[in-house]
Amino acid sequence: MIITIDGKRVEVEEGKTILQVARENGIEIPALCNYIDGNPIGSCGLCVVSIKNGGREYHARACATKVAEGMEIETHTQEVEDARRTILKMLAEEHGEIGGEAKELFLKYGIKIKSDKKREAPNLLNNPFISFNPNACVSCFRCVQACSLIKENHVLVRENRGSNIGIVAGINEALKDAGCAFCGACVDACPTGALMDLTAKEEETKKITSICPYCGVGCAIDYYVSGDEIIYAKGSPNGVNKGDDCIKGRYGWQFVHSEERLKKPLIKKNGKFEEVTWDEALNYVASRLKEIKEKYGADSIAGLSSAKCTNEENYLFQKFMRIVVGTNNVDHCARLCHASTVVGLFKVFGSGAMTNSLEDLEKDAELYFVIGSNTTHAHPVIGTMIKRSVKGRGAKLIVADPRDIELAEYSDIHLRHRPGTDVALINGMMNVIISHGLEDREFIENRTEGYEKLKEIVKKYTPEYVEKITGVPKEDIIKAAVLYAAHRSAIIYAMGITQHTSGTANVASLANLALLTGNVGKRGTGVNPLRGQNNVQGAGDMGALPNVLPSYAKLGTRRAREIEKIWGGKIPDKEGLTIVEMMHAASKGVIKAMYIMGENPAVSDPDQKHVIQALKNLEFLVVQDLFMSETAQLADVILPAASSLEKEGTFTNTERRVQLLHRVLEPVGDAKPDWWIIQEIAKRMGAEWNYESPKDIFEEIRKVVPQYRGITYERIEKMGLQWPCPSMEHPGTKILHEDTFPTPNGLAKFSPYEYKPPAEEPDEEYPFVLTTGRTYEHFHTGTLTRKIDGFNELIPEAFVEIHPEDAEKLGVEEGDCIEVESRRGKIRVKAKIARIKKGVVFIPFHFAESAANVLTIDALDPEAKIPELKVAAVRLKKC
Amino acid sequence: MLLLKDARNVEDYLAQGGFKALRKALEFEQDEIIKEVETSGLWGRGGAAFPTGLKMKFVRKERKTPKYIVANADEGEPGTFKDRVLMERNPYQILEGMIISAYAIGAKKGFFYIRYEYRDIAKDIERKIEELRRLGILGPNIYGSKFSFDIELVLGAGAYVCGEETALMESIEGKRGFPRIKPPYPAQYGLWGKPTLINNVETLANIPVVMRMGGANYSRLGKKGCSGPKLFSVSGFVKEPGVYEANLGEKTIGEIIELAGGVEGKFKGIMLGGGAAGFILNEEYLDMPLCFKDAKERGLFLGTGDIIVFNESVELWDILLNIAKFFEHESCGQCFPCRYGTKRMREIIEKIVCGEGRKEDIEKLNATARAMKIASLCPLGTSAMLAYESAMNNFREELMGVIQ
Repeated sequence: MIITIDGKRVEVEEGKTILQVARENGIEIPALCNYIDGNPIGSCGLCVVSIKNGGREYHARACATKVAEGMEIETHTQEVEDARRTILKMLAEEHGEIGGEAKELFLKYGIKIKSDKKREAPNLLNNPFISFNPNACVSCFRCVQACSLIKENHVLVRENRGSNIGIVAGINEALKDAGCAFCGACVDACPTGALMDLTAKEEETKKITSICPYCGVGCAIDYYVSGDEIIYAKGSPNGVNKGDDCIKGRYGWQFVHSEERLKKPLIKKNGKFEEVTWDEALNYVASRLKEIKEKYGADSIAGLSSAKCTNEENYLFQKFMRIVVGTNNVDHCARLCHASTVVGLFKVFGSGAMTNSLEDLEKDAELYFVIGSNTTHAHPVIGTMIKRSVKGRGAKLIVADPRDIELAEYSDIHLRHRPGTDVALINGMMNVIISHGLEDREFIENRTEGYEKLKEIVKKYTPEYVEKITGVPKEDIIKAAVLYAAHRSAIIYAMGITQHTSGTANVASLANLALLTGNVGKRGTGVNPLRGQNNVQGAGDMGALPNVLPSYAKLGTRRAREIEKIWGGKIPDKEGLTIVEMMHAASKGVIKAMYIMGENPAVSDPDQKHVIQALKNLEFLVVQDLFMSETAQLADVILPAASSLEKEGTFTNTERRVQLLHRVLEPVGDAKPDWWIIQEIAKRMGAEWNYESPKDIFEEIRKVVPQYRGITYERIEKMGLQWPCPSMEHPGTKILHEDTFPTPNGLAKFSPYEYKPPAEEPDEEYPFVLTTGRTYEHFHTGTLTRKIDGFNELIPEAFVEIHPEDAEKLGVEEGDCIEVESRRGKIRVKAKIARIKKGVVFIPFHFAESAANVLTIDALDPEAKIPELKVAAVRLKKC
Repeated sequence: MLLLKDARNVEDYLAQGGFKALRKALEFEQDEIIKEVETSGLWGRGGAAFPTGLKMKFVRKERKTPKYIVANADEGEPGTFKDRVLMERNPYQILEGMIISAYAIGAKKGFFYIRYEYRDIAKDIERKIEELRRLGILGPNIYGSKFSFDIELVLGAGAYVCGEETALMESIEGKRGFPRIKPPYPAQYGLWGKPTLINNVETLANIPVVMRMGGANYSRLGKKGCSGPKLFSVSGFVKEPGVYEANLGEKTIGEIIELAGGVEGKFKGIMLGGGAAGFILNEEYLDMPLCFKDAKERGLFLGTGDIIVFNESVELWDILLNIAKFFEHESCGQCFPCRYGTKRMREIIEKIVCGEGRKEDIEKLNATARAMKIASLCPLGTSAMLAYESAMNNFREELMGVIQ
C-alpha cells in the first residue's frame, strides 16, 4: 500500500505500525514506552502523530496505529512537538532522577530534569540482585510488559492510580515472595535506570559473549567486563536463548570472583594442605599414578571427567585415562543424569540425543508433554519458552509430575503419578491410543519395526489397570493420550524419567510413544531429554564413558582400531567401571587411585556415607576443581582449575549445538585450564603431547568424531552448529531422524517394557517416598551457587517439601525441623508445606550439610547403570 | 413515554406489551434485526453517539466465537443519573433490548456491568434476571426458540474510568480497570479477545422500541438524523431536578430547563454533555435544539445528555477546580499526559482560586490541555479539559478577571 509520511510517498507492507514505517524511513519519532514492536503499552504518549485519512483528521499513537491505505502522516507538526515537550516537562517536574536512555530524550528537547520530589520505594526493593530507584521510575510499564509478556512471570504489576501510580511486586511484597525469577527482564526493559542490576556501576565496560556455565540449555550470555572484573551480565540476543536468561545466567557468574577460589596447587602433607608450585604438584601426581599403575595395574586407577568441562578437556581426559594410564575406568556425571537416555534412545532410534531444537519446539509444537522435568526451575529458559507458547499462541501442555511444579499451573492436564510408575503411565497412554485407533499407521508401517510386540505388551495396561499402579485417574490418562496423539506433540523430559532403576525403560517407552503417533523427525515433535549440565552432551560425545569411545564408538571394534591409529596408542578392550561401580570398587580396595576433574561425588552420588568411605579408602586421590569441594577435602593433591569464563573451548548444549567459549577473564591466581593440567600430567607420564590450545585439540576431535567433522572454531565463532555436521558445507542438523534412523536398516525399533516397581518401595517402616532434585536458585551440589551471597539469601538451606495433610499427621508446621531417615542414613531439614502428592516428599540435593544423598539408594538401572536417585523409602519425624 | 415508563415488576411490563418485541425479533433473521436498527437511526446514548446498528453489524460479521454482549450501567458522570432512573423504573426494557441484541449478533452470554454505587439496583437487576430465567425469557431456548442466552451481573468497584468500554472489559475480566488502546475495537477484540457488543443501558432500552414500531417509524421520531427518545438529567439550580424524556431534536436546552421548573435564581450558564466531561455554556446556547447534529455543528457533544444549571451565585473557577479534582482523582494513571496533566490542571486552578493566578499559569494550562487532548490514551484524558476550554470561550472575561 502507499502512504504519505512527512510529505514522502512510500510503499509499505500492511500490518506495520506507523512507528515501524517511520523508523524504516529514517524518521525518528520519540517513543519512551515502546518496547516490543506490535505490542504497544501506550503509556508515554510521546509518539503521537497527526493523521489525515478519508476526510478525517486526527491524532494517534504511532506505536499502536497500523498504517492504512492513503494515510497522510505528519510526525513533527508544531502541535505534536509542543505536546511532546509538555509531556516531557511534566515528567521532569515529577521525577528528578531520570537516567538511562530516557535522559537523552530530555537532552534532545532541551528540558532540564529538575524535580527534587522523593517517592516511596515499594517493598520489591528488598532483594539481593535488583536495585530500584523510585525517583527515576516514570511508570512507563515496560518492566511490567517484560515480566508478563516476555517471561510470563506476572510478578511486577501496576499499583495505585493517577500520579501515584507505580510498580510493585505481587501485592507489594519482596520480589522473592512474589515469585520473582530474577531473570532481569525488567532491568533490560527499563529506559530510565530505575531498575538496575545491583552490581552495575557507572564504569566503562567491554562486552564479551560466552556460554553460561550452568545448565544444558547453553545460553549465550553477554558479560560486561571492566579490568579483571565482571560488572554485570545478561542473556545475549545472539544465542539459542535469544536474549532470555535466568537467575543463574544473569547473576550466577559471581562465583568467579569468590574469595574461596583455589589459587595454588595444594598437596596434603601430614594431614594438612600446603601450597606448592605447579611443577611439584604435577610431578607428584604423575609419579604417584605411575607407581600405583606399576604396583596394581592400570585398572586400579579410575578417573571422573566432567560435564562442566569443555569438549576439548573431556576428550583429553578420556584419552589420558585410556592410552596414558591404560584403562577404560573413565566416567562422568552423565551416569547420574542421562545414562539411561543414551541407552534407551539408542535402542529405539539408534542415537541417544535430543531429537529436536529449541527453535522448532518454540515455533511449531502444538503440545508439550513434560514428564519428569521441573523445566522452569532446572532449565528455566526452556521453561519460559513453554510458558510463552502456552499463553501466547495457545499450545497445549500435559505435565506428568508428582509435584505441583510451576508448569502444572499452565497445563491442560496434570498427571500426578507415583514416583517410579512412568512405564505404566506411558504404556497406559499407548494402550488408549491403540484402542482408539489414534496411532499413525503410515509412520509405523514405513519407519518402524517391532510394532506387534509393543501392541502385545501394552495390551494389559488399560486405563483402569494403570490407575491402580500410578494413582492417576483413568479419565486423565485417556485425555492425555488423546491430546498427545491428536497434536503435533513434543516430549520433554529430564531426570524424573532417567534417575530410576527403570530409567532405560522409561526413556524407551517415551520413544515408543513418539513412534506410535509419528511424532518424530518433524518440526515441533520428538523426544527431547533436557541435559542437566552445560556440557553433559559433549562429555558423552567425547567418550568420557567407560563403555564407549568418542562418537559413541564401541570398544574392540574396527572404529576403536581407527581411533588408536590417530592416538598412536593402545586402547584397552575391556569395559571400564561406571561411577557407582568405581565407588564400590574403591571401598573394596580394587580401585586404588582416582583422578577427579570438576566433579563432587561426595555430595552428588547416591548413598553418601558409602561414597565418602570409598574415597577415604583410596591410596591416592587427585581433585581438580575451582573450590575446596567436599570431595577435594578428601584429596591428596588439589589442582586449581580455571572456570569456563576464564578459558576457551567448546560446549555442546542439550540440542547438540557445539558452541564456542570466549575468554571473559584471566584465570585467578595460578589456576590453569583443565586441558593444560591434563596435558602436563600426561607429559610427565611419558606422553608426547603438544597441544598449544583448545583449538589444536578440537582439530583432533574433528578427525575422531564424525558428527563434529564439519565444525570449526571459525564456523561457530558467532553461533554454534548442531551435530551431526559431517562436512564443512553441512549446515548442521536441527532435527534428527527426518528421513531415516541411524540404525542398520534405517528403521526405528519399538522397544516395549513391562512396568517394574522401583527398587525400594514404601512400607510400614519407611512409609514415605523421597524424591530429589534441583531448586531454581541453586545448582547441583552448590559448589558454584552457594558461593554467591544472593543465592544463599534466597535459599539458605535445605528443606523437605511435604503435603499439608502429611504434615498435619506428623504435627509439623512450616519451618519446623524434620528428621528424614532412610535405611542408609538420616538428615535434619526444615519442613516446607507444599503442593506435592500425598505420601511423597521432596528434598533438593544442593546442600552438603544436609545432603539428600545420605538418604538415596544406589540401586542401579541394569542397562544404563544409573542410580535410582528419584525414589527412596523414608520415614519422617519431628525433631 | 417510550423509556420512562413505570414497569417495576414483570406483570406491569408484560401488561404494557413487554417482551412482544423480543418474540417478534425471534421470528426475524438476525441480519433483518440489525437492518431495522440501522434504519431506525438509533445512535448510542452513552456519550459517544455511535450508530448502534453499525456497531451490531461489526460484531455480527466477526467470525470468532463466542461473542459477548455487555450492558454498560457504569453511569459515572457527575450530574448524570438517567440510567439509574431508567433501571429503577423500567428495567425489563433494558434486559429485553439486551436479549434482542444478543440474538441479532449471535451472543450466548451477556454481562450487565453496573457501578458499585448502584449496588441496591444491582441486587434488584439480579433478581429480575433470575425471574426471567424462571419465565423462560433468559436461559436455554428462549420462548421455545433455538436461541439460548444468559446474563451475568458484574458489580464495579468504584472507578469512574471503568465506564470507558475497554476499561470496563478489563474489569469484567478481573483485571485493573485500565483502558485499552483502540483499535482494536471491542467489536473485534472485546471481552477475552472475543467480538463484543457493548451498549449503554439506555441504548439497549431503545431496541424494543425500534422492534415494536419498526426502524422506519422510529426514525421519524424527533428530527431527521437525530431520532428516537432520549433521557436528559437536569440538575443544579432548577426548581424540579430530575430525568426528562424528549425525542431528540424536539426540545431546546431552554425548553428542557423549563420542563424542570425553570431556573432557581438568576441564570448564569449551564454545563452540557456529561458532567465533568462536558461543556460550560452561556445563554447563547439556550435555543440550541438537543440533537447530536446541532451540537456537533456548534463544536459540542450531547454526551450522556445532562444539563447542570448555574445561577449567579456560582463561581466558575470553583466549578473548574471541582472538575479538575475529580479528574485527578479518577485518572487511572496509565498514560503520562492524563496522569500528570490532570494533576497539573488541578494545581494551577487551585492556585488561581487562591487568587495567585498569573498569565503564565493560563499559558501552562492551555499547553497542558492541548497535550492531553491529542496524546491521552482514552476519552477520560482527552475530555478532561473540555469544561475549562468551553468556559474560556464563553466566560473569558470573568475567568481572566482574577488573573494577574
